[in-house]
Amino acid sequence: MIEKADQIFVLLGHWLVSFLPVWLQQPVLVLLGVVCIIVTFPALFAITVLLERKGLGRMQNRYGPNRVGPYGIFQPVADGIKSLTKEDIVPLNADAVVHFLAPVFLVVVVFMGYAILPIGRNMTLVNLDAGILFFFAIGASTELSVFMAGWSSRNKYSLLGAMRAVAQMISYEVPLLMSSLAVIMMTGSLSPNRIVDAQNQYTFGLPHWYVFTPWGLAGFILFAVAGTAETNRSPFDLPEGESELVAGYFTEYSGFKFALFFLGEYVGMMGIAGLGATLFLGGYSAPLEVLGFVPSWFWFIAKVMVAMCFFIWVRGTLPRLRQDQLMNFAWKFVLPLTLLNLFDAALWRFMGPGLLRWFVCSAILLVAYVALARIGMTREKFGPRSYRYAE
Amino acid sequence: MNPLTGYLLVAALLFSIGLAGALTRRNAILVLIGIELMLNAANLNLIAFWRYGPHPEALTGMMFAIFSIAVAAAEAAVGLGLVINIHRHAHTTNLDQMNRMKG
Amino acid sequence: MSLVFYILAALTVAGALAAVLLKNTVHCALALTAAFAGLALLFLSLDAQFAGFAQILVYIGAVAILVVFAILLTRDSETPKDTVYGPRPLIGLVAAAGIFAVLGWAVLRSAAALPHENASPAAAPNVTVMDIGNALMGRYVLPLEIVALLLTAALIGAVIVAMHEKEGAR
Repeated sequence: MIEKADQIFVLLGHWLVSFLPVWLQQPVLVLLGVVCIIVTFPALFAITVLLERKGLGRMQNRYGPNRVGPYGIFQPVADGIKSLTKEDIVPLNADAVVHFLAPVFLVVVVFMGYAILPIGRNMTLVNLDAGILFFFAIGASTELSVFMAGWSSRNKYSLLGAMRAVAQMISYEVPLLMSSLAVIMMTGSLSPNRIVDAQNQYTFGLPHWYVFTPWGLAGFILFAVAGTAETNRSPFDLPEGESELVAGYFTEYSGFKFALFFLGEYVGMMGIAGLGATLFLGGYSAPLEVLGFVPSWFWFIAKVMVAMCFFIWVRGTLPRLRQDQLMNFAWKFVLPLTLLNLFDAALWRFMGPGLLRWFVCSAILLVAYVALARIGMTREKFGPRSYRYAE
Repeated sequence: MNPLTGYLLVAALLFSIGLAGALTRRNAILVLIGIELMLNAANLNLIAFWRYGPHPEALTGMMFAIFSIAVAAAEAAVGLGLVINIHRHAHTTNLDQMNRMKG
Repeated sequence: MSLVFYILAALTVAGALAAVLLKNTVHCALALTAAFAGLALLFLSLDAQFAGFAQILVYIGAVAILVVFAILLTRDSETPKDTVYGPRPLIGLVAAAGIFAVLGWAVLRSAAALPHENASPAAAPNVTVMDIGNALMGRYVLPLEIVALLLTAALIGAVIVAMHEKEGAR
């Protein structure tokens, strides 16, 4: 019974394709999986948008939207209808083809990232051997769509926002890759299924998630920081800073294309959250062994939604980072810490099981963190104002 | 027809298109784009021969292609840095106007 | 020759043609990205998973963006609406056509010596990332270290070459 609830989508899919001839079954099964992903994650996106507006409102000591339904729960429906029926304005000087392709490209690329995530037991859409590499390769293509959006609008603010966004995304891509490299090294495989299987064991009822080790905790925090910056999310949202650049690289977009950008950004956030859950939080495994009767896909979705709540919380709390502070932070703080985290993970492995390795590994990370923060991140002395002109 | 022939013809076509681009365009960056196309054509050749060659489990072709990708990326970075620096001096990227040794 | 191969080859060649023929430089860079994507898909159809994903990550994720940034940073104040080709483009075209003719002749001439497609289909090599890792750390460790040195030198060199000069040296 528990098995059936756990595998209900898989069983449903197999039952549906059993009506078709044999040569058609595998493609249609994959197609059904694609349709499920395209239906589920935008639904979660609608919930997240509502959660964000109400949550941010409460953190800023105001109610969020509360007109549309009881407690405003039909607000996403109203937003959807608005963006579908708004006039689609394309500037006269804009590059029409690239202007149209940019949101399409973004949405296609972020949905492709879900293909390798293990959403439940036996519920990975494509079982690639180099799955994590595929996700990062796809994530690198997101930057190109951001640039296309900013450049095609022929607008100085859009271009400036786009260049800042691309510089930020490139800078934080390296720490994102390096922080997940520690997990890949410890598991010995790039396949997300193997990574989740390695974390799916329990001792005394507590799971073997990587986040419960010193290097895993540091790696998870660094992954969260780099992931927040990758998706242009506050406190790293200078490219789309609403008080600075109007709306950054999607200033000139209105109506449905803006809705596509919005969708692409949040779906990308959920993709990064899903990857973080797979790498560090054990994917679809339950937190305690006694809770194993709850279906595995529920735990994955729950972890993704907790990560989204964390993103919303951070957005409402921390002030925005300036562009040079952001780049300093990436190259001088996050990147050395990720390299040290790799070394720490290797040390953890070679010290053998016991209590000593906990102390040594935690001590190394804490000392490095304090040293880098004190020494590496000191600001320059303020001298007389100097001007640099663009040439 | 062996599928290897098809891949080799595509690689030859890409190589010649890249060569034509590198020889005829007069913007320095487009010459670099042509060079990147030629490198990619060579990579396609390597992978095709690795796949349909005698010993694919020796991974020679795949390794060669991966190192080629790395070297091409490094060369693109240095080349584009040079183009940016030249533009700062001469305020143009037109190759026909960069015909003096003295700056 | 399957339909997928023809579609991918058409996409790649169309992207490459657009990259060398278009007038607007940024359009050329975006067409180059399409050519890179087509090539990555061709790698995937040749069962070279790691090379295909590395191609997407390095070329589309880094080199294409680098090219686009360079185009934006070196834009002339006036857009040249005159010819984008050099003084004598015909020589370049003839040379490229000649090279394609020679290469194509060599490939087609030796195609008769290759086994036919339906005779014995080459089994797809089962290459895992573990094999690639073992090869990189075992047989190919020297090229790996040399490429690491090369990338470091290229990184430092590119930064120094493109850096702003000091104010006094102008």
